[in-house]
Amino acid sequence: MAESFDIIIIGSGPGGYVTAIRAAQLGFKTAIVERAYLGGVCLNWGCIPTKALLRSAEIFHYMQHATAYGLAAEKVSYDAAAVVKRSRGVSKRLNDGVGFLMKKNKVSVIWGEAMIDAPGKVTVKPGNAEAPKGALGPGLYEAKHIIVATGAQPRVLPGLEPDQRLVWTYFEAMVPERMPKSLLVIGSGAIGIEFASFYRTFGAEVTVIEVLPQILPVEDSEIAGFARKAFEKQGIKILTGATVTRLDKKTDSVTATIDGGKGGTQTLTVDRVISAVGVTGNVENLGLEKLGVKIDRGIISIDGYGRTNIRGIYAIGDVAGPPMLAHKAEHEGVVCVEAIKGLEPHSIDKLKIPGCTYCAPQIASVGLTEAAAKEKKLDIRVGRFPFLGNGKAIALGEDQGLVKVIFDKATGQLVGAHMVGAEVTELIQGYVVAMNLETTEEELMHTIFPHPTLSEMMKEAVLDAYGRVLNM
Amino acid sequence: MPINILMPALSPTMEKGNLAKWLKKEGDKVKAGDILAEIETDKATMEYEAIEEGVIAKILVPEGTADVAVNEPIAVLAAEDEDVKAAVASAPAAKPSAPTAPAPAAKPAAVPTRSPPPSQSMPMPHIAPAPATNGHSRIFASPLARRLAKAAGIDIVRVAGSGPHGRVVARDVEATKSGGTVLRAPAPQMPAPRPPAVTPVQAPADDKIRALFEPGSYEVVPHDNMRKIIAQRLVLAKQTIPHFYLTISCTLDKLLSAREDINVTAPKGPDGKPAWKLSVNDFVIKALALALIKVPEANVTWTETGMLKHKHADIGVAVAIPGGLITPVIRKAETKSLIAISAEMKDYAARARARKLKPEEYQGGSSAISNLGMYGIEEFAAVINPPHATILAVGAGVERAVVRDGKLAVATQMKVTLSTDHRAVDGALGAELIGAFKTYVESPTAMLV
Repeated sequence: MAESFDIIIIGSGPGGYVTAIRAAQLGFKTAIVERAYLGGVCLNWGCIPTKALLRSAEIFHYMQHATAYGLAAEKVSYDAAAVVKRSRGVSKRLNDGVGFLMKKNKVSVIWGEAMIDAPGKVTVKPGNAEAPKGALGPGLYEAKHIIVATGAQPRVLPGLEPDQRLVWTYFEAMVPERMPKSLLVIGSGAIGIEFASFYRTFGAEVTVIEVLPQILPVEDSEIAGFARKAFEKQGIKILTGATVTRLDKKTDSVTATIDGGKGGTQTLTVDRVISAVGVTGNVENLGLEKLGVKIDRGIISIDGYGRTNIRGIYAIGDVAGPPMLAHKAEHEGVVCVEAIKGLEPHSIDKLKIPGCTYCAPQIASVGLTEAAAKEKKLDIRVGRFPFLGNGKAIALGEDQGLVKVIFDKATGQLVGAHMVGAEVTELIQGYVVAMNLETTEEELMHTIFPHPTLSEMMKEAVLDAYGRVLNM
Repeated sequence: MPINILMPALSPTMEKGNLAKWLKKEGDKVKAGDILAEIETDKATMEYEAIEEGVIAKILVPEGTADVAVNEPIAVLAAEDEDVKAAVASAPAAKPSAPTAPAPAAKPAAVPTRSPPPSQSMPMPHIAPAPATNGHSRIFASPLARRLAKAAGIDIVRVAGSGPHGRVVARDVEATKSGGTVLRAPAPQMPAPRPPAVTPVQAPADDKIRALFEPGSYEVVPHDNMRKIIAQRLVLAKQTIPHFYLTISCTLDKLLSAREDINVTAPKGPDGKPAWKLSVNDFVIKALALALIKVPEANVTWTETGMLKHKHADIGVAVAIPGGLITPVIRKAETKSLIAISAEMKDYAARARARKLKPEEYQGGSSAISNLGMYGIEEFAAVINPPHATILAVGAGVERAVVRDGKLAVATQMKVTLSTDHRAVDGALGAELIGAFKTYVESPTAMLV
């Protein structure tokens, strides 16, 4: 007889495993199905290992610029294998951590490839990866509620197919055997820009191609423009409004034909190409089509509580649509199981999901961009404050950056915040809390920010929006 | 040890009541289950049973006192072997100065307060603070919500909060703006500061109205609780519910003959009375219940956060009683036989007149019937009684000349008017509901299957 659960979650990425823990906390008998790695792409091939790589790059950068701080570091060099090894070690540690969390919360781990036969029934077939200790094996499982949290995979454009050798996705880009001398990055979203930044720091000639007129297309154009200037100063070549039409592969190099940008059609020969043209939901081979689950352009359609059109089948995270961010997946999963429990949670407000890019300089944002606010016909007040005016930034030697806030003029509602510069990914949360608590400019102005910190700029930007800036 | 007897909360929304009558006097022995007093609530008079044994040492609130706050001590009960005088001495002074509920903790431990019977399983501590008189209660609302409310001229106190712990957030104010004024839900778990009594803001002061009449040309009858509640609820209904009205004629001939047939078959009891005598209204109740089940989208209750779609048809039936009216609810009326509905209505009507209905018998429901046919009223429109989404106003069955197959004929017809909460039920849907009702009334055999 099939083992029966209240909730089965398919996929153990940050969305899936957090959903499992919350479900277990709510008293549901919970199982999670995984085919490859506990923690999914985020922990193993995404957010976390790239942060480890970028940390190495950052320290390398500081060592190269030691004299700027009155220090001497001679014969500064790197060991690519050791940089990768550290990154893998970080992933392994967190991967073990997820296993521990599942055990602690009495969530059963089922190892293999899941297929939904019917609402309530999941068949798990053997997968390729070796099962961790204590995992349940392939077989038939039952659950009242099935939550699809299978994530996403790199989008493949025709003619630009990754080959794992010369044309990389983030999988290969994360574990280089050696640092390429030259690199072409196709796509300037968070993934593309982070790798561009990483490889440039280690000395590669990097060219970034973006089809849209702006790099980091989801970011505020002023912030993206600021970042672009910083990248170009570091020696990254950026072509916007350009596409790669053709890749000619040689033994150890690739010649790309690039259309558009400045200068019409051109060719560029590089050691390696990274294709970072977005990701697409993992909706295949789950039996969803047969069940009639509504899928729109590779994304499972859900309501505000993760419910698909088929009763008992839910979806959360990347597979349920953008923004494809781990923290959005986690919260979506929590809302989904709380709704199943009948707790009446509020569905996610997508305008309050922050986004972070960990290039140098870092970029962080939440809410509407200035252009989006204007498109919504909002009458807005915009405040700005540059890193140049902040004591802590100057002391850190990080005086390049900008904090920008957007208020609705009529109500004083903070509708957007955008930052570029050192450590802004750790700052943005202050504005996210403010937005969630529905503060107006008044409360932000009444809030005391500690001195000397980078966060003082957050208050200054608010003051600037109301003509009261102090340190500029 | 003396025990304070407290004003009981007899319904979840009760904050005050009138102490109508003491059935025990000072010095009387009481045992558990004895009736101590009669408490007049919104619409009913309820008996207050003792839960402790002892002697009434002191009556603190004399009978006939109006608006006694819930949990206010109304008497002191001493144990039988106890010195009654000592008990009284340690009891609070008669008529405490603060009209709000006293804080038991502030009194010396010698007088433990004992809650009234918890039979209603109401979370009484939540009601106890009764902040009605305290205008300084803190409202939890986000800064943005406050600003939006101020800009829209909405009193934030009147907005029901949907945020964490009932906090008023921006979307609540937006919903209030688009959906009319929303009062805080009177749910017992929400110790919401009571909104000021719902009276039209522009209503002229009493003395100005009296000045319009010659002194001595009238007498003043103070409102009883029922009158106050009727006024309050109907003003609320008309101010907050966008009403619209649908009228239709129903031919009654088949119903009348079916009623005749059924009543004729009633066996006679030992007293010679028939076991049942169905009224037209019993058919109307059943027909409306079945219509609501057939058109489930209309069997709803509006709330700010979502539509309550009811699974059964609970039908309130307005019963006129001396001094006002009350609307007992026939639960799951669609599942009940006409005979059962008829018997239940007779029982309700009798107990309503005696003001003995329990709150759970007249609260809730998803629709209601008001029938003035027996007064010869041909048609009228009724005011919706929240939480209902509709109310059916039933006129008299009147013989009318009708055209049938091109010829003039005589038919008994009844006009009914459905008042509808447009927030919950739109025009076409209301028409569907009243159409289904008409079908059942005109083909009463369909009600029996």
